[in-house]
Amino acid sequence: MRLRNTKSCQILEGDLTPMIDMTFQLIAFFMLLINFSEVDRAEEITLPSSVLAVPPEVRPDYQVILNLEPAGEVIFEGQRTQIERMDPILIRQVNSAKREGVDNPADIAVIIRSHEDTPTGLVQELIAKCQEAELQSFSLRVKEKIN
Amino acid sequence: MRMEVSDPEEIKLNMTAMIDIVFQLLVFFIMTFKIVAMEGDFNIKMPLASESADSLDVELPDLITVRLLAGENGNIASIVVDDNETLNEITMYQELTRIVEERLAGEGDPEKASETEVEFEIAYNLKYSYTVKAIEAVSGRIQQDGSVKKLIQKVKFKDAKKGS
Repeated sequence: MRLRNTKSCQILEGDLTPMIDMTFQLIAFFMLLINFSEVDRAEEITLPSSVLAVPPEVRPDYQVILNLEPAGEVIFEGQRTQIERMDPILIRQVNSAKREGVDNPADIAVIIRSHEDTPTGLVQELIAKCQEAELQSFSLRVKEKIN
Repeated sequence: MRMEVSDPEEIKLNMTAMIDIVFQLLVFFIMTFKIVAMEGDFNIKMPLASESADSLDVELPDLITVRLLAGENGNIASIVVDDNETLNEITMYQELTRIVEERLAGEGDPEKASETEVEFEIAYNLKYSYTVKAIEAVSGRIQQDGSVKKLIQKVKFKDAKKGS
């Protein structure tokens, strides 16, 4: 006996409007939160935390972010360098700042993002190396701890 | 004359391509999304040696010297304030804050107190997290109502020597 399908074939069309609305809202949310400016952050660095750490209110005219690992390697713009070999990089940064109108190296903000287990002596060596390039304004970056 | 209205035809747009792109965008943003903790700075003052020499005739601000001594594995062993007070209890950081607060209160003149500096002499192998804790201890404290009481904003480091 042959069975006959009595059901008629119909295309079911759901209303996609709410789903599209939600998806666009999600995209807008992620687009607003995405932050391309922090490319200088090295993810492998675990910063020490502090309850008093306050994000800087004003962005300096020119900043150099140096990530320091416990073994003494500096990560700058994705490149690893030993502290003693930092001179050409720092001189290049000073020249680059001059081209952008920051003539005085003392006005260049050096932000040190050091791993929490790094010996402090290495941080001081890095500061001394920066001072050789006439940099004077230093900030130690820490992670904000919620009290 | 009577106008005849033709039957409105339903125009159907093909949404498939747009939904595909929108989902691809959504996946991209979800994959690249990272939850990052907020970061803040402690500013430290490190003028060049020549500048300090030029300003010898200028009245020097009140200075508190803090030595951080390291124990085994780079952990903190003790804190010495002005070479006469040694702190080595678990609460050494709270004690350091108390000493700094007392020193600033003793200044009387708030303007002079704001000029007070702290110079850190830190053992070479001391882990950086302990240094940050000490800087935090002299910089301020959280009061009971949750507000921050600022103490010393001028911090500098004494040159570190390997093996110290």
